[in-house]
Parts: sequence; structure tokens; C-alpha cells
Amino acid sequence: MGQFIQLVVDGLSNGSIYAVLALAIVLVNQATGLINFAQGGMAVFSAYITWLLTEHGLSLILAILLSVLASFVLGALVERLVMRRFERGDPDTAVVVTIGLLTLITGICGWLWTYNNQQFRSLFSLTTVSIFGAAVSIRSIGTFAVIAVIMLFLQALFLGTKFGLALRAVAINPKSAALSGLPVGRLLMAGWGLAAALGAVAGALVAPQLTLTPGMMDTALVYALAAVILGGQSSPVGVVVAAWLIGVVENLAAVYVHFIGYDLKVAVPFILTFVVLVVRPQGLFGRKVVARV
Amino acid sequence: MTLLELQSVTAFYGPVQVLDGVSLSVPEGGAVGILGANGAGKTTTLRSISGTVRAGGRILYDGADIRGKRPEQVAAMGIAHVPEGRGGFGALTVRENLRIGAYLRRDRKGVESDIEFVLELFPNLRERYKSHASALSGGEQQMLAVGRAFMAKPRLLLLDEASLGLAPSTAMTVYDAIAKLRRESGIAMLVVEQNANLAFRLVDSATVLETGRNVLSGTSAELKGMDEIRRAYLGG
Ligand SMILES: Nc1ncnc2c1ncn2[C@@H]1O[C@H](COP(=O)(O)OP(=O)(O)O)[C@@H](O)[C@H]1O
Ligand SMILES: [Mg+2]
Repeated sequence: MGQFIQLVVDGLSNGSIYAVLALAIVLVNQATGLINFAQGGMAVFSAYITWLLTEHGLSLILAILLSVLASFVLGALVERLVMRRFERGDPDTAVVVTIGLLTLITGICGWLWTYNNQQFRSLFSLTTVSIFGAAVSIRSIGTFAVIAVIMLFLQALFLGTKFGLALRAVAINPKSAALSGLPVGRLLMAGWGLAAALGAVAGALVAPQLTLTPGMMDTALVYALAAVILGGQSSPVGVVVAAWLIGVVENLAAVYVHFIGYDLKVAVPFILTFVVLVVRPQGLFGRKVVARV
Repeated sequence: MTLLELQSVTAFYGPVQVLDGVSLSVPEGGAVGILGANGAGKTTTLRSISGTVRAGGRILYDGADIRGKRPEQVAAMGIAHVPEGRGGFGALTVRENLRIGAYLRRDRKGVESDIEFVLELFPNLRERYKSHASALSGGEQQMLAVGRAFMAKPRLLLLDEASLGLAPSTAMTVYDAIAKLRRESGIAMLVVEQNANLAFRLVDSATVLETGRNVLSGTSAELKGMDEIRRAYLGG
């Protein structure tokens, strides 16, 4: 029983890493209609900014805040200078461009800061407390709490504010949105900026655990995308729950399902996603879109 | 008072000229039709007004040339464009679609009472209030598009083929509701329609376009009496 609880707790902790990234992906998806593969790379870049600032003697909190601001500006610039050219065209092209961006940003990080691991200080202490016999680190609890706050914030932003409604409208039909007076360009920049700012938080949360390298987010991105699909693309709460589910199921399967073991556990989220999509094509929490002509 | 005046407006898609000197005027509170066959340039005329297509000539709104303004600027000046194909936001609810129409307004109370007005005008929408727009029937989507444009509190409504793809009785219901909207709100309207019978339920006068040019203009009564109009657009 002790082992089971420990596996669940560790699974939730891993799942939290996928969850922050998945939230950033949902944010861009809601604000632009795209799946942004560069989200992981952008989060790594933000983590390097934070790291650089702490190396220059800034406190970690201050460094994170400055990195969040800088990332907002960078995200908005990426939209304005790169993505703007592709948004009016074929959405598939735009998605391929984000894959290109991922490669480019990873390369830039490696070129600027080498591919060596960098130590990144943790926002939360590593001391553990005992909960139902499982050792839980303060860091896991802190990460958990930050994600819960971000998730509720995003849910409230999209469903409860005029700004969130405008972001969604622009993603669905930019031409028609402009006819209603929405500043389409500025809203797209804001959507990318917010997602990049969220990525900066994600980077700071996971860098201590994964240690900072240009490819730090590559694996997490794959899990995050699985969570986005599983959770239903448009629902912040849905993707977070999906990310936690993936983290837990993966851990349990590795130990209790013998032929999977640690080598195959990376396959678990995809099997899970596959099974869910066969049963519920709109994802666990997505709303079914009924099209009628 | 003239609210909108087009003087010899021209427009191109790439190298292809599709408007070749379109002129018309809409008086304050008036309703003017643009009739014509498929491909005549009706939609493009509306697009040149709302700033979604670049135009030559002059487009005077309230006496000032608005050519070159971006769509969101034109919207902010009080021109609401109901585009061909309705321009709905499928994944948003009926209520959210109406709120998007009111995006530029700051008077919360006024917005809520105007939503109520739209639901009175189009009772179907009240029943589908919480549904996604994509789940509505064609007629309901058209009502929603008109309602969304009305929510902007415009002075001028540009309406593009509201009857497209609707059953004749539905199209008639939609046009009669728009005529009621016109009577109760006093909003001026520029109405593109292929079906002249429907247009005449709503407009006081109309102009007929052929390959990007006006070929005929007159009051509804004059046009209804003309043989060529009857043959081409009224089905005999
Ligand atoms: N986006 C576009 N690109 C190129 N040509 C277009 C475009 N839209 C319309 N056209 C052409 O311009 C002409 C006028 O079209 P349009 O204004 O849509 O006519 P109508 O609304 O009267 O049917 C047509 O020949 C049409 O094929
Ligand atoms: Mg047309």
C-alpha cells in the first residue's frame, strides 16, 4: 500500500510537469486555433533567461518575474514577425512552421548556452513530508499548487472575461472578428505573449528537476501533447486532469504491468490516448462540436 | 441627409478588375438594395465599404472618405457588415456570438437590453441561447448573424444575401424580421440580394449591378414595374 501511494504521488508530480506545458499549448490553441509545437522550446528559452539572471545575482523570484515579462514580449514578437505571415493561409503550414521554430529555438539555446546541463535553483524546498505513508516533497506540493492556480486563472479568463471571449473569437474566425471591431492582430499577439509567459513559469518549475539543457522539454512536450489531446484541446481543467492521469497511470503500469516495465512506460500515454479517443473522439472533457449545414 | 455615398468605386482581385465604377447612396435611416446576378460584384461592393477589399474612387461616410481604413476601424465608425456565409463563430454559444457583436460597447446595461431585443425579434434564438452556433439551422445562423451585427449599435448595416441557402419560407421570415428591425431601430441598410422579391420587402430603392457597373437604379416601385427586372430577377 505504501508503494502504491508513493507511485501515485510521484506520478502526480511528473504529471504536473506535463500539465504546465499542456496549459500553454491550450492557451495558444484557444487564442489562435493552432497547436504550437514550439511551446516547449520557448519555455526552455525562458528558463535560460531566468537562469542567466540568477547567475547575475538576482533572486530567483525576481528572475522568474522578469523572465515572465520578457517571455510575454518575445512570444508576442514571434507572432507578429513570424506567425503572422502564415496565419491567413493553410493551418497545416502554420503548424509545420511551429515545428521549424522548435528546432530553431533549441539550436539558438545550444549555441548561446551550450548543450551542457546547468544547475537551476528550485523555487521550493526538497524536504519531504509524509502523507499517508508516502514521502512527498515540498517541491511537488508547490508545483501542484502553482498549476492549480494557473488552471483556474485560465478557465476564468476564457470563460468569464470579455478578453478571453475575444481571444477565442479571433481563433475561430478572424475575418468576422475584425468586422465586429476586434483588434485581431493585437489579440493574436496577446495570446502568444500569454502562452510564452506561462511557458516561463513552466520552465522555472521543471528545470530544477530535469536540469537545464536545450532539449529539456522534448520528452515533456510529447507527454503534454498527449494530455492536450486526451483532455480535449480547449479545456484547461481537462488537460491538467489528463496530464495527472498520464503521470499516474504511467508510473503504475511500469511497476504493476510486468511486460511494460520502465523501458516501455513511455508508450503508456499513447495507448491511453488511443483508447480514449476511440471511445470519446472529443477527448475526456472536450465538448462535442455538432456541425450542421 | 446622405449617410453613405459611393462615387465611381473600383476594385481588383490581383490583376482582375471586378468593380468598374459603382455609384450609389444611402440616406440616413434609408434602405437601399443592390441587385444583380452571381458574380456581378455585389459582395465586393460591400467588402470595399467595410475595408476588407482595397477600393478606388470615393467612399464617403458622413461626408469623409473611409477608403483605406482597416475593417475594425470601419466597424468602430458604426458600420456593421453581415458577410456572405454569415461569418458565425461556430464554437461559441448564441449568447457569446451576440456579445462579440457588442465588443466595442462599454454600456453593459444597454448590451443586455439589446440582447433581449434580439431574442424578442428572433424567438428561435432564445430557444437555442446556450447552444453552439454550429448546431443551429441555416435560418437560425442567419438570424444570429443579423443579431450580432445589430449588437454593435451601428448606424449602417451591410447585409449580404441573407437568403442564401434558406428555404423560401425561412428566407421570408428572416427578411420580415429584418424589416421590423429597421422600423424599430431606424438603422440604415445596404442590402445585397439576388432574389429581388425578397429585397423589395425591405428596401425603398435599389441599384442593379452587371459586371461591376450600375446598369439601372430606381425606387422599388419603379423597378418592380420594369420588364427587364421582372424577367431577370423576379422570375417572369
Ligand atoms: N477572393 C476573390 N479572389 C478572386 N476573385 C474573386 C474573389 N471574390 C470574388 N471574386 C470574383 O469577383 C467577381 C465578383 O464577385 P462578387 O463580388 O462575389 O460577386 P457577387 O457577390 O455579385 O456574386 C466574380 O467574378 C468573382 O469570381
Ligand atoms: Mg456575393
